[in-house]
Parts: sequence; structure tokens; C-alpha cells
Amino acid sequence: MGPSGPTERRAQGAGRRVLVTGLSTFWGGRVAQALEADPSVDVIIGLDTEEPTVELERTEYVRADQSYSILSRLVRATRVDTILHTFLTVDSTGSSGRALREANVIGTMNLLAAAGAPDSSVRNLVVKSSTLVYGASHRDPAWFREDMARTSLARTGLERSLLEVEDYLSDFADDNPHVTISLLRFANVLGPDIRTPLSRLLDLPVVPAIAGFDPLLQFVEEHDVVRAILHVMNEEIPGIFNVAGDGRLPWSECASLCGRRTAGILPPFGTERLLAPFERLTELPAEVLSLLRFGRGVDNSRLTSTGFAYSCTSAGAVDAYAKAARLRRTIGPAPGYRWERDVETFFRTSSAVVRDS
Amino acid sequence: MAEEQRSGALVPIRPPVPPAPPLVDPRLSDVDEWGRSERARALVRLLYDPIYRSWFRAEWEGLDRIPTSGGALLVANHAAAIPSDAPVIIHGIETELKRPVYALGDFLFRRTPMVGTLWSRLGGVSAHPDNAYRLLRQGELVLVFPEGTKGTAKTYDSRYRLRRFGRGGFVEIAMRAGVPVIPIAVVGAEESMPTLWRSTAAAKILGLPYFPVTANMLLLGPILGLIGYFPAKFKLRVLDPVSFDVPPDQERYSKSRVMDEAEAIRVSIQEELHEMLRHRQSVWRG
Repeated sequence: MGPSGPTERRAQGAGRRVLVTGLSTFWGGRVAQALEADPSVDVIIGLDTEEPTVELERTEYVRADQSYSILSRLVRATRVDTILHTFLTVDSTGSSGRALREANVIGTMNLLAAAGAPDSSVRNLVVKSSTLVYGASHRDPAWFREDMARTSLARTGLERSLLEVEDYLSDFADDNPHVTISLLRFANVLGPDIRTPLSRLLDLPVVPAIAGFDPLLQFVEEHDVVRAILHVMNEEIPGIFNVAGDGRLPWSECASLCGRRTAGILPPFGTERLLAPFERLTELPAEVLSLLRFGRGVDNSRLTSTGFAYSCTSAGAVDAYAKAARLRRTIGPAPGYRWERDVETFFRTSSAVVRDS
Repeated sequence: MAEEQRSGALVPIRPPVPPAPPLVDPRLSDVDEWGRSERARALVRLLYDPIYRSWFRAEWEGLDRIPTSGGALLVANHAAAIPSDAPVIIHGIETELKRPVYALGDFLFRRTPMVGTLWSRLGGVSAHPDNAYRLLRQGELVLVFPEGTKGTAKTYDSRYRLRRFGRGGFVEIAMRAGVPVIPIAVVGAEESMPTLWRSTAAAKILGLPYFPVTANMLLLGPILGLIGYFPAKFKLRVLDPVSFDVPPDQERYSKSRVMDEAEAIRVSIQEELHEMLRHRQSVWRG
């Protein structure tokens, strides 16, 4: 990370106070771990409905209800200056459209209400959105810039919810010019650990494809996701940014990088309608199907022009996933982490624990 | 931090960022970020060459007007129900000039199974203004048919009568990208697959821009008639490049200037076609 941004707060020597929403999600946990390593961050508070899934040293976990209604109380009480909003769900498999929309939209509304309260201490807001907001259609440009509108109507609840969230965010930005807001739109993520609808497909012995289509896809490596969030947070860069590795590659090549082959087993016509009843089984929601049909590309130059350097290209991200998948197939999945309140309390507060500082 | 202090500057200076080493890009295929594969093109060139040389007997004039490097927008007249001019132009330029050509095409291609993927691997790109701009800025040759489907939909009785050149968008893109427009007049495509009649109803039902009944279909049947071109003699003439004396990357360009330039290019191709047709002895022998 580069030198710290120009804030009076840090000139006075006080560290940052950061709230991470969605602590138990993959991203929340990763971001919190990265923040813990940063000595300029004084306080890290993690909010989620479920317990953390990764080991955390000094992050304080607060349990919230589905719609995060506790937020305004929490923000008032902790005087956080930075909120990292990582809990937006961008994978609609395994949850009903309505529940997902509820969590994304209502959760964000509560967050913005808390951050925009008259006496709020929040000066920095980073939101992790997705390039799903651009959709995927045959009328798309090869590369979406941040200011380009999608060419097709958003038909899935997930895409609509993300668009609504971005709408609320732009209203919030108008009403709160003193808050630095960074909206990051991430391309499909691949990497050693994350599980996404596409990584699940690449794990199958034969990788499904829509017959007659071999779309160009773009990926971002999971470490670059965390790095991008910390980059905009530390540098306090306002604006909307696409985050995606350089280049695009065909879906068939993604499969070959994983030592697999694609098979056009999904029908080219009426795919969405035919598969909709089996969505739970196939884990192929409509937004994944349109991606497998048309692919998507986003222009990542705006973020790189702020000084961010990717560690992986699109193909590099696929390769990172493929290597980890080969290892997993040999030695089995890594053991999960189980959060125990008693254990955590012991390590953090007990006088029996010897602390260096 | 230590480095900042050592520099002795009054204001902390950010240490210069060392140029990042190029990232490892573990690609397996040669499909580029636009979907074009040089290997696929090479294979198709090999298969198509006999058709180009012996069937259409394509003959070029003024190929030296196409630059061997740098971006340029190639603009040609468009004909035949299933256009035969695009493959001939692309094949000719790629074999003679040894540089790739990207062809802008209707969004319809991308929606069609098999065809869309094949088209993309062979250098087809959706005709989105931003795609054209980026390709030209990359220094590529981009082929566009401003008549679009209006050109290929027309029936045989209006052959070699150029349709409206869209709304002149191609001129605006060339201006923005700062590249010349190179007009190409093509004779032969019209007769390779003449449309006798168009069915509006069938087009509506199938969701196609037009549904032609071609002479080829009547002679060869509905399936073979889609690919069985008549051996019309192809003559292609490259006209003088048109450069626009405007700064690139402007927010917008004078619409009237754009329309005038587009119309001037259309007229120049139309007149060149008349000239070529005046000298044509036979449809088949040229």
C-alpha cells in the first residue's frame, strides 16, 4: 500500500476506526485480516448476521439482524470514520431472490442512513459492488467503462438489487459531499480459496457451456479484490471503479487451464426458461447463464490510473484457481475455522494471556 | 518512510514507483481480447483461398492505398443476402498486406449459436461505436459497411444503388480516433447471391432483420442456397483515403460536418461503382 491519504485525523496521530459489514462473508473476513495487519488502523469492528469464518486477532465482532438495523446505534457508539461495505451478495445461488434483495437493498439503506445521520462520524465509505450491474447482452460493447449504461433490462432480482443499491449510493453522495465514497465494481472473482458459481462449474469433470457459445470472460484474482478495497480506502479515492484483471479469455480456455474441457450441454435456445425450475440443483442462475452466453468485459484503466497495480491478469486468476483446485483434489479441502465466543473472549480479555504491547 | 526523510525534501515526496514487471499471463489459446484467433484465421484463409482465387477471381486495384501500419477505417458497399463481400475483402487484405482486419457486424451475429463464436474468432466484432474506436486506437484495420442490413436486404432490381450510410457514425468514430477513412468499391457481390424477394412476415416471425428468397435458394435448395454463391467476378477498388482535419478525442463533432463527409464518401463509392460497371463486359468474366 502507498502512503496514507491526506486526512487531518492521521496528521493528529489518531488511527482509523473502521467498520466492516459482512464480516462472515469471504470478503469481510479477508478485508478484516488485512486491516489487522495495518498499524494505522486503530479499531476494526465487524458486523454480520453470522459468526466470522476466519481467524481474527483484534477485530471485534458484532452480531446484527438480517437488515442491519443495529447499524445507526453501532456507528454512533463507536464513532467509526470508515465503513467498508463488503456484504452485498453477488451470488444468487442458494438464496431466494426476495431474501437476497432484502439483504442487499434494505441492508444498504440502513447503512446509508447510519452513515448519513447528522452527527455521523463517517468520512469514508467503500462499497463492494459487481460488474453484474452492466448485465450481459449481445448489444454490449466489448469493454464497459464506468460511465456506460447497461444495454439490456435487469431481469434478475440480484442485478436489480445491485442497481438499486448504486442508485441509493449516488443519492447519498449528493446529500453528503463531505463523505468520500468509492464504489468498486468487481468482475468475476477467481482465486485459490473463493467459491463462486463459475468456480463450481470449473470444478466439474466436464465444464458445462451453452451449445454454440464460447464467451470471452474477465476475472479478478481474490487477492486483488482485497488490495483494491484497501487501496481506495487508504488513498481515499472517490468515484466508481471497475476492478478486473487485464484481458479476456474464452470460457473453453478457462476450462483447459483447469485441465478440463467444456461441453455444450446447455441448450442454446430458451436456456433460462428451461433451467429455471432446476436452479437449486444446477446452481445456474440467469445472470450466470447470460454471462456464459455473451461474456463481459470492463475497462479497468480508471483504477490503474489512480496508481493501483494488479497482481494477476484474467488468465492469471484462472490459473491461480486451477493450481489450488489441483491441490484440493489431492489433499482434500482445507479445514474450516470455527468461531467460539468463549475462546475469543478469553484470548482478547483474559489476564492470563501474555501480550507484547 | 525512511526514504522520505533521507531525501531531505521539505514536503514528503512519494518514492518513485518502480515500473512493474509484466504480469504472467498463462494463456493457452491465441484468442485475443476481441475474440479473434490468428490460428483460426490462418486455417480459414487456407480453406477460403481457392474460393477467393478460382471462384470469385477477386481482383484488387489500389491496395497500396491501405496503410501497412496504424489504424484505418475501411468502408465498403454491402451486398448479397448472405454477404460475400466481407470475406473477400478481409481475405484479400490479410493475404496481401499481412495484417489483421477486424470487421464490424450486426449484433445479431453474437446472438446466433455457432455462427457468433465462429464470426468472433474470425475477426468479427459487434458494431458498437466504442469497439470501433478502441480498435482504431489500437492501430488496427477496421472494416465497416455503413449501409448495414439495408445494403444486404435490397433486392436484385436495386443492385449497386447505395443505401443511406447510417447516420454517419463511422465518420465520427474516425474523427475521434484520428484515423483516415478508406473507401472501397466492390463489384460482384450483388450477383453472387441476388435477392429476388423479401418476406416481411417470415422475418418478423424469425426475428431476423430481413428474410430473403434468393436465386441461389431457388436453384440449389433452401440449405445449399445459403452457402452456394454464383461465381460472379469480384473487382475491388480502393479509393483515396479521406482524412479529416479535426482534433481527435473531442466530446462531439459538428453533426452537419459529419453528415456531409459521410455523404461525400457515399457518393464517391457510388460514382466509382458506376465507373466500374461501365467497363464491366460480363458479370461472370468481369
